[in-house]
Amino acid sequence: MAYPTNYRYTREHEWIDVSGKTATVGITDHAQDSLGDIVFVELPKVGDKVEKGKVFGSVESVKAVSDLYSPATGTVTAINEELTTAPEKINADAHAAWIMKIELSDPKEIDSLLTAADYEAYAKEETGH
Amino acid sequence: MSTTPVALRKTPLNGLHRRLGAKMVDFGGWDMPVEYSGLIAEHMAVRTGVGVFDVSHMGDLQLRGPGSLGAVQHISMNDAARLQVGQAQYSAMLYPEGTFVDDIIVHKFSENDYLFVINAGTREKDYEWVRAQARGFDCHVSDYSDYYTQLAIQGPRAQETLQKLTNTDLSKVKFYWFTWGTVCGLPNTLIARTGYTGEDGFEIYIPSDEATSERVWNEVMSAGVEFGIVPCGLGARNTLRLEAALSLYGHEISESINVWEAGLDRFCKLEKGSFLGSAGLQGVLDAGGPARKLVGLEVVERGIARDGYRVMDLSGNSIGGVTSGSPAPFLKKNIALAYVPRSFAEVGTEVAVEIRNCPVKAEVVPLPFYKKPKKG
Repeated sequence: MAYPTNYRYTREHEWIDVSGKTATVGITDHAQDSLGDIVFVELPKVGDKVEKGKVFGSVESVKAVSDLYSPATGTVTAINEELTTAPEKINADAHAAWIMKIELSDPKEIDSLLTAADYEAYAKEETGH
Repeated sequence: MSTTPVALRKTPLNGLHRRLGAKMVDFGGWDMPVEYSGLIAEHMAVRTGVGVFDVSHMGDLQLRGPGSLGAVQHISMNDAARLQVGQAQYSAMLYPEGTFVDDIIVHKFSENDYLFVINAGTREKDYEWVRAQARGFDCHVSDYSDYYTQLAIQGPRAQETLQKLTNTDLSKVKFYWFTWGTVCGLPNTLIARTGYTGEDGFEIYIPSDEATSERVWNEVMSAGVEFGIVPCGLGARNTLRLEAALSLYGHEISESINVWEAGLDRFCKLEKGSFLGSAGLQGVLDAGGPARKLVGLEVVERGIARDGYRVMDLSGNSIGGVTSGSPAPFLKKNIALAYVPRSFAEVGTEVAVEIRNCPVKAEVVPLPFYKKPKKG
């Protein structure tokens, strides 16, 4: 699956789509593929403060738990409640199945994140093929 | 200091798994497929149709000679004297304390010829153990693990699938019995009605060369098309066995867990006479029985219990641990096997599992979680 070029990416396999001071966050297609069938998403709460590089929730597949790391610092303004009952939406389309929206504290933080091309190369290297 | 990575061991079907796009993992030193199309789909195929697993990493030890029954009786806890030729039994090899060397399936080939099917991760240890313990019996122990590719064809449609590939009447082979027949043109193939999924199914043992292994795998896949056969990985194998509450070495059973704790009493026959581990187990009984028991837990609040998570009482005191925990794809519940003190082992007891620093309520439920429906 192609990695949207307007998103930025973390080495922990989250994507972030920035629009002005607000941003939408999810996990990458590579992440959902590595995890396998996702059965559980632990969402943050609206109003939670999240910090760049810190855990804000988790996703679980049948086999494994994986922490979610926030790509940026800010305040949660919305969460994708649909994932509570239909976590498999992430497997179906990881780049559309967003997890949270945040109000960014410092939009400049985004500049240090990976571009689509960088992330794709990084993900390939990590799987070793 | 640097460490040299140890090369992973591969089954003869390794190339095929990779061509099929399986996700591979290091499983006890073996490069094995964990899933192909997806764990849940594979799990469901075995519960409702048929699936095929490469289980060639399992070990095969043969004990032959006039003293073989004596050796088998000494080394394993079930009563092999009750076996008829063509019959298999679940059993285990124990240390003198009554804890586990490994769990095994004993097959009686003839009066003086037995096969132990053993776990992959314990192959070398088991072989050394069996050889050492069989000394003094007129019995020769051989390791045939690398001679066989072992395929498990599992699910309610397994019989119909395999029947297309053999003239042997499979309906005559009862659960935990076996026979030899021609499969895919290969004469004298061991066909056992055994498995590790809690479902009906067969395990076949074929020559381990790559060409034969791939040919038979492909013929099984073709034979199962109409029943929706899928290749299944170790991920589904684990969730299937967990729903059926079958023990996994290193989890529910180990060198520090005894038979009574593991609840495997019905496969342990103290009345057959002295054997390795019997004195230790008698000692546990004489001292009042095991202090802890393996129980089934169903997580009743939101959360997934996993291997190694702490089990607590409702006041937050640590009382035990989860040995295997997972979402159960067929039952659609979050289940776990756990060791708890005997006083918490009663069905209906409420406990908590610590999931990421939070106590999440769980209830002790009857085992197995899943039982295959009786054929109507």
